[in-house]
Amino acid sequence: MSQERPSTVYYFGTCLIDLFYPEAGMAGIELLQGQGVRVVFPQGQSCCGQPAYNSGYRDEARKVARAQLALFTEDWPVVVPSGSCAGMMKKHWPELFHGTPDQARAEAVAGRVWELTQFLVNVLDIRLEDKGEPLRITWHASCHAQREMGVVDEPKALLRQLRNVELVELAREKECCGFGGTFAVRHPEISAAMVGDKIADIENTGAKAVVSGDCGCLLNITGALEAGKRPVRGQHIAQFLKERTHG
Amino acid sequence: MSDARTSILTRLRASRDAHPVTVPPSDFGVLAGMRWSPEERLDRLRTMMEAVHTEFLDATEADWPAVVRDFLRAEGVKTLLHGTPIAAALAAAWTPGAPERIAYDQPVEGFKERLFTGIDAGITTTLGGIAHTGSLILWPTPEEPRLMSLVPPVHVALLRADRLYDTFWQAMTENRWSQGMPTNALLVSGPSKTADIEQTLAYGVHGPKRLIVVVVRV
Amino acid sequence: MVDAAAHTTIDFAKASRTALADQQLRGNFRRAMDGLMSKRAVQFADSREWHAMRALGASVRLRALSKLPELLEKLEENCTRNGIRVHWASTTAEANAIVLSIMQRVDTRLVVKGKSMVSEEMHLNAFLEEHGIEILESDLGEYIVQLDEATPSHIIMPAIHMNTKQIAHLFRQKIKDAEYTEDVARLTDLARRVLRAKFAAAEVGVSGVNAAVAETGTLCLVENEGNGRMCTTVPPVHIAVMGLEKVVERLEDVPPVISLLTRSATGQPITTYVNMITSPRKDGERDGPREVHLVILDNGRSNVYADAELRDTLRCIRCGACMNHCPVYTKVGGHAYEAPYPGPIGKILVPQIEGLDRRGEMPHACTMCNACVEICPVKIPIVGIMGRLRAEAVHPSSAVKDAGARASRTEALVWKGWAAANASPLAYRIASGLAARLGNMAPSSLPLLKDWTNVRTKPRFAGRTLHEMAREKGIADV
Repeated sequence: MSQERPSTVYYFGTCLIDLFYPEAGMAGIELLQGQGVRVVFPQGQSCCGQPAYNSGYRDEARKVARAQLALFTEDWPVVVPSGSCAGMMKKHWPELFHGTPDQARAEAVAGRVWELTQFLVNVLDIRLEDKGEPLRITWHASCHAQREMGVVDEPKALLRQLRNVELVELAREKECCGFGGTFAVRHPEISAAMVGDKIADIENTGAKAVVSGDCGCLLNITGALEAGKRPVRGQHIAQFLKERTHG
Repeated sequence: MSDARTSILTRLRASRDAHPVTVPPSDFGVLAGMRWSPEERLDRLRTMMEAVHTEFLDATEADWPAVVRDFLRAEGVKTLLHGTPIAAALAAAWTPGAPERIAYDQPVEGFKERLFTGIDAGITTTLGGIAHTGSLILWPTPEEPRLMSLVPPVHVALLRADRLYDTFWQAMTENRWSQGMPTNALLVSGPSKTADIEQTLAYGVHGPKRLIVVVVRV
Repeated sequence: MVDAAAHTTIDFAKASRTALADQQLRGNFRRAMDGLMSKRAVQFADSREWHAMRALGASVRLRALSKLPELLEKLEENCTRNGIRVHWASTTAEANAIVLSIMQRVDTRLVVKGKSMVSEEMHLNAFLEEHGIEILESDLGEYIVQLDEATPSHIIMPAIHMNTKQIAHLFRQKIKDAEYTEDVARLTDLARRVLRAKFAAAEVGVSGVNAAVAETGTLCLVENEGNGRMCTTVPPVHIAVMGLEKVVERLEDVPPVISLLTRSATGQPITTYVNMITSPRKDGERDGPREVHLVILDNGRSNVYADAELRDTLRCIRCGACMNHCPVYTKVGGHAYEAPYPGPIGKILVPQIEGLDRRGEMPHACTMCNACVEICPVKIPIVGIMGRLRAEAVHPSSAVKDAGARASRTEALVWKGWAAANASPLAYRIASGLAARLGNMAPSSLPLLKDWTNVRTKPRFAGRTLHEMAREKGIADV
């Protein structure tokens, strides 16, 4: 994927960020603005449709996704602070609208979707100046960021730009944390076992914080860390970067 | 059960015609591109096969029967099963103290008990070797039956150094195997093994415990 | 198998709870899967070669599916010409009946069997035992599982759920005159001694098929132990059972399929034996079976084939790599699925064969992490098919068995409500605003929240939405 440096981008905040992590969403916007990019946040946005899509309710997913399609009319990149939602929009919207009158529109929007860190690194070539105290962290890669968006190195490259941050990678970075949307409540015991293994992996790094680019994973991991009274905190990468670089 | 045949094929045909599959071309370039020089082929085959406990002996066209004889004697092998193609060569080199030579010259039905309980080693020729995977090509014949390379605890295989292929694919396409496959063709890449108990490798589970490849240089 | 149990629903959640509680089991699986994943990774370290080989493998399987009816006819024609007798079975009951009639004709008392997943699908062992025929598993892992009166927990490594100690106890208990030993070489030797006598005595050998070549009428089998060669060479009669998707068009299609299979499955460049069988014993030949039979089984596969998307399920070459890489399989092991095919491929294949009524939960036992899709050597879109089956279970659009069986009015209403709230900006603004402010008041005892909060704190609503913050900060709307 190559992309000229644009003057304006759309920002799709995602429903989880909207409800649970608006500060992280705002931090993403400010990181983009800090690079001289104008950010447009269509107020009509809600959800990419993934919850219904993955639950087998495709008509409902289509209805919601169609409402989003209507928002991104200009030929600007659509930046998403979530690998999972970005994957839904980039990979599954074209499938969802295949053979419908919205097919062309869905494919056009899908072609402009970027995961936030991917956009910051590959398009904006962002340079970060760390103003924080020395800190050891680890990175949790979401499955969809890795495998649907191909985002593997970009977030770690960003974290490594931070002079005082020591990034210790997980032994099983590629392994799912057990969130899986409705999976977490449909198969709560398996999900619990999975997040238990993930937390053990996180603790083995000796990190004080786990940073991730997806709020589904974060709800799961931080929820389990807190329930287990573990001292590690979890944070969205946008907010982490924002805090580190603004002193 | 011809009813089943008709109903299965009818259903498949109807489904396929309703939704034909678009097939990308099969590009065998990845296999065709695997090439090694003759020396590299032997080195690679040997390294790969040794990694799975295959043993190697070096010999020439003239001395291989003696090399086999001395090896078997040293290993304490008492009986050696062989086929007709190499019977004369073995006989010419045999000396007192070497294992008893037994020809596989009758149907297995009259020979099963001895085959399963009374034979230490079997010797066969091969059609060649494969560098990519470290494999021998066996092509059993009436003169060299299938069980010779399977039942005795030691299998000795003769491999001519000038019969090495790069890949399995190359061996079958260059020799046009598709125009006539034998009753049984085999690739053998080591002695019998298993990892079914806690992924721990153990050799000699049902087939030969040892595989000895005699490389015959021309 | 279609039997009296076919109408019962399999409770995956319950079985997985039992599995999760067994720390020994979890340890066994974790260790084994880690080993298999790293061995596979070594085999495909050259990513250019991996992509080229995988594309070739996928094309071979797709080409076979594109001509499936013709290739099966050609396979039958060439096998028949070679002297192999071909039988067709629509159901596992028909396949079992065919196998039994052959065995009864030759007055069989003892059968030795090489590893075959289709025979597991047929429940062949139980069926034959009901008819007074002793059938002995000869693959070491299958032998262990049979001694333990259990079923395989992995399609490639059937006894992977057990450790050496457990197997040592089993052998001591079940094999006559066996001493207790934890030495793997000695345990293996013990099995060798027992089974050698059986190979020599059996009247019939049963095997599966890894690939059947239409062009030449050749049955290809891969294995490491030599038991497969024993079963297909020593007894006077050999019966091979295969699913109808196992056919490939040309002999040259075999090398890429086998290379992908062995490297993906166990990280071996090749198995010890690649066994290619093209006919029964010919005149003048001194060994090999006098009769070779090939049973081609449908058991729902032609129904899978009927759907253009679901058809890709039939590309599978049964390497089991999807299991090895599945985080759910690694946690619960193979038995929790209570199916012949566990793990990701099982979650898409078994519901299509046995129906969404009985197996509707299987496609949900997945986080959709796509680890399986990433490593599948023939590029099966496993997760895409999983999603499709979830949709078929509640909203039938095709001929998938028992499509619509999981439709629930309550669930449908919930999603309708969700869609209404998310598809209209005004409705969303009200709903999200309320949720952000009042969501934290939801009690942890609510049905779904309770499952969540078993090991996690409640998700904390932020109090205001990103929409509101963006408006406050003057972020442009258009």
